[in-house]
Amino acid sequence: MNQLPVLIRVFAYLSILTVGGGMAAFPEMEHLSVNVHQWLTSAQLVHLYSVGQLAPGPNMMMIVSIGDWAVWEAANSMTLGILGGLVVIAAFFGPTALLALVVGRAWNKLEQWPWRQSIQQGLAPVSVGLLLAGTLSMAKTAVTGWTTGGIALAVLLIMMWRKINPALLVAGGAIVGFVVFMPK
Amino acid sequence: MSDATKVPSNEKALVAAARAKVTVFDVFLQFLIIGATSFGGVVPYLRNSLVTKLHWVDDKEFVELLSISQSLPGLNATNMAVLLGDRLKGWMGSVAGVIGMCLPGGLIMLSVGMFYRIHGDHPYVTYMLKGVAAAAAGLLLATVIQLGKKSLSHKFDLVFVLVTVLAVNRLHLGVPKTLVIVGLAAIFFHYPRKSEKASISQ
Repeated sequence: MNQLPVLIRVFAYLSILTVGGGMAAFPEMEHLSVNVHQWLTSAQLVHLYSVGQLAPGPNMMMIVSIGDWAVWEAANSMTLGILGGLVVIAAFFGPTALLALVVGRAWNKLEQWPWRQSIQQGLAPVSVGLLLAGTLSMAKTAVTGWTTGGIALAVLLIMMWRKINPALLVAGGAIVGFVVFMPK
Repeated sequence: MSDATKVPSNEKALVAAARAKVTVFDVFLQFLIIGATSFGGVVPYLRNSLVTKLHWVDDKEFVELLSISQSLPGLNATNMAVLLGDRLKGWMGSVAGVIGMCLPGGLIMLSVGMFYRIHGDHPYVTYMLKGVAAAAAGLLLATVIQLGKKSLSHKFDLVFVLVTVLAVNRLHLGVPKTLVIVGLAAIFFHYPRKSEKASISQ
């Protein structure tokens, strides 16, 4: 049970790093949950994130599993594990939700503020950079050779070329992986 | 909001009428449905349901809220749930929206995680996961490129993108320090210019 305060601290902190998208926090999430607290391995983190692309709703919901596993492992109880998942969700979405509520209400006043546009324009390249950094750290684990590189490139090209539901491409990746990696 | 499309007055009346009848439970239920069906990205589903089908918000307000949610930390999906929920039913609407939005995906990922913890090292699962992770990496890169094309307003912004990546992945400066240092530099680069408002954006 002493995992709960640690989970709250880690995920409330990760919450405020998600500028531009959940992946902006990925390098820090990997460092804290894999190296520092050893709740799971890099491969497991990347697998959970990737499978999460097949689920509906916000795309970082796999954090539920990190909280679940951390408490499940420490307390050896599946029920308490679910509590760990709930705590992680509250910690991860609480701080940014509160901020969105406050800023959303103050927006009409902020719209007149000359620096507002500067902040939006300035944060844009940093968000893109943070997302790219997160993507590259994730790809280091996900792309390990010619085959996985080929799958990633194919998805990238299809996405740039056609409007298609991304979940379908991820499901396609599962089928290709199954066929290609299955020993003949 | 200089070039925003003008909303026809009958749509305004439609929204006002629809919004007057909304309860906190309605907010929860609609976000629960979106949370359970929005495969491959939440925003198009939100727009389709709340703007087109239910008329709870008009398109202009939806786009405005989307731009707020993108410039704040937090996921688009949950930030939109907070902002839309608040406009509809105050903070209770925000709470109902976020819970509804997260509940289905959260339950699915909880079960997936449990299954993976027990069967994750089964060879068949491993083969599929390799493919899934590679596809997700390609998908992420495409999302970053699309976001870059849409949100960068100046050629020099590419330098800020590059510096951010190097600071996080090579110098291991950490996300918070990078965010503050590069973020402040980029904000000052885009300092408010009175005369050439928005003229540099291409």
